[in-house]
Amino acid sequence: MKHTLSVLLQNKPGVLSRVTGLFSGRGFNIESLSVAETLDSSLSCLTLVTTGNEAIVEQITKQLHKLIDVIKVTDISESEYVEREMALIRVKAENTTRAEVLRVIDIFRGKVVDVSPKSYVVEVTGTTTKIQAIIDILRPIGIKEIVRTGTIAMVRTPKK
Amino acid sequence: MEKITGSEAIIQCLLEEGVKTIFGFPGGAVIDLYDTLMDSKVNHVLVRHEQGAVHAADGFARVTGDVGVALLTSGPGATNGVTAIATAYMDSIPMVILTGQVPTPLIGNDAFQEVDIVGITRPCTKHNYLVNKAEDLVPTLREAFHIARTGRPGPVLVDLPKDIVATMVEFHEKQPIRMQNYQPTYEPHLGQIEKACKEILKAKQPVLYVGGGVILSNSSEELTVLAKSLNIPVTMTLMGLGGFPGRDPLSMGMLGMHGSYTSNMAVAKSDLLIAVGARFDDRVTGRVDAFAPHAKIIHIDIDPTSISKNIAADIPIVADCKHALVAMNNWFASSGENLDEIGATHSPWLETINDWTRKHPMTYLDEGETIKPQFVIEKLDELTGGDAIITTEVGQNQMWAAQFYKFNKPRRLVTSGGLGTMGFGLPAAIGAKMAFPDATVIDVAGDGSIQMNIQELSTSKQYDCPVIICILNNNYLGMVRQWQELFYNKRYASTVMEVTPDFVALAEAYGAVGIRCDKTSEVEATIKQALEAVKKTTVILDFRIAREEGVFPMVPAGKATTEMLLV
Repeated sequence: MKHTLSVLLQNKPGVLSRVTGLFSGRGFNIESLSVAETLDSSLSCLTLVTTGNEAIVEQITKQLHKLIDVIKVTDISESEYVEREMALIRVKAENTTRAEVLRVIDIFRGKVVDVSPKSYVVEVTGTTTKIQAIIDILRPIGIKEIVRTGTIAMVRTPKK
Repeated sequence: MEKITGSEAIIQCLLEEGVKTIFGFPGGAVIDLYDTLMDSKVNHVLVRHEQGAVHAADGFARVTGDVGVALLTSGPGATNGVTAIATAYMDSIPMVILTGQVPTPLIGNDAFQEVDIVGITRPCTKHNYLVNKAEDLVPTLREAFHIARTGRPGPVLVDLPKDIVATMVEFHEKQPIRMQNYQPTYEPHLGQIEKACKEILKAKQPVLYVGGGVILSNSSEELTVLAKSLNIPVTMTLMGLGGFPGRDPLSMGMLGMHGSYTSNMAVAKSDLLIAVGARFDDRVTGRVDAFAPHAKIIHIDIDPTSISKNIAADIPIVADCKHALVAMNNWFASSGENLDEIGATHSPWLETINDWTRKHPMTYLDEGETIKPQFVIEKLDELTGGDAIITTEVGQNQMWAAQFYKFNKPRRLVTSGGLGTMGFGLPAAIGAKMAFPDATVIDVAGDGSIQMNIQELSTSKQYDCPVIICILNNNYLGMVRQWQELFYNKRYASTVMEVTPDFVALAEAYGAVGIRCDKTSEVEATIKQALEAVKKTTVILDFRIAREEGVFPMVPAGKATTEMLLV
């Protein structure tokens, strides 16, 4: 079962290594990880996607919380949330396929951010499923390179 | 604002935290600090190997409950300390380890004696710091002590670059430490306490399963009140021994791989297991699905990660053991229940337990004049009244000490439980003796382990810190040999110590007293002689024991704890 954890931590050198060291040392899984400064520049927010049964995710959450530099751990997937990932895809775009590539990009509401005679660099954002879908569609046309950010996520504001 | 040098500030911080003795070994990166230390009120104990420094500080911490402090130089000084830091981490011992580091401009340049000790010790410290700004020095040291001694205690390493130590810093008065991100839970949830107490009232076959948390939180008295007021039998982990008096009729001794038959049977048949400051380690549980199969589980621990990690708890209580036990005792006192009557309902259960002990007591076969190691420990126990400080090495010697010495009080057994570090016992004994100069301190050792930090005999001599080293000498790495005997067709691969020093001559070379003993009838006199001689100097006892004696009962790894191999 996939879980998206949001971890608020001190923005200091070595903190990320405490988190990744914890995962490797205890044999927990990291599917993706994304980290950057928050509004308060002394803190960072780390979004981490992991898999495991309930007991494992409980243990992961507790172990993260035990790290002195970690301030808050939220299992975002326990509530309503939005998640996004961005990918940059360098895709072959030759005479015969240029139009087809553009159509696909349009369907996925992506953008071409770099053009060359033989390729486009495409920017696309969305859920991991959506990113995976455009990759699957573009793959037969010819993907040369992909860079993905990993998921970031935020709990939806309660409606009441 | 008063400005002092970094090294003066460090000494000030130590004094402010009540540190009187530290253990260390100098080097280029800490030479300024040593210069300041020389004229300070802090005693420094010069060890002979950095591992010894950290183990000695660890031993000091275990017997006093205070934070142990070690000071090492950069590079190899720091890496030599790593095994000992990991030892303290696994057993949750409050310590602050100060390491020298190359000057900040050189960090990352592969400078002479540079190593990323903060990176290396990240997984084996509770927390660690590299101080890279002079103004951070004092606050960091204060935070380090705070983290080391609060919550689930543990070692904290502070890496001190040479230029920071030499520079001038401001020394502000100490303020109460508040850390937004670190607030251990001491007080139990009273709803959970009530639930737990009601389960205890209902239980027919309860067992208290006590771990090192009871020792660390100084809650033996509260535990004893709970056990005695409700007549609940007690079993202890290796780290918990002494948490409940070993000579009390309710004590079943240790449980687990080399636990008593009674303890393991009681846990297997129990309907309520009350775990206090224990962590369901694999050496305790054996096969997890067969551990306490009929019991509801109450689990008290200050560290939430310990709860439901290996075995799911029915009633988890995150709290300091002392606070939780006080809350439970108070609940029972004001419950209006007749505790004597409830205690009396456990009589059939205690009768079953006594039956197990009668059928399979903790015992060994007598072999006449061939010395049985268990007999040596029994004699040590008898002649010291169960009141000496016993440190151990690791292996058979450690298990025999745990099985046959009846620890009356907490903080009397000093042993590397979690990591199982050979070479721990001697430096730890020196640390313990430094803390309590009047105590009798005995390192129960094997001929293998003792050689791993034997150089500390010099330290014991230099600081007039006499201890007894009781070597149970079988010329084997005995515990591994026992596994090879039982599970590897007696193929003794690399466990025969073909060359072993003459320990009596070795003792003399270090200015200690050495006594050899190879007859059962002489064991008592030998120990008496040692207890007399240790008043003046360190004593090595070389007991030539039955070579292929094993530690029993034994639960083979991965088996249920009821599947014990007996004597």
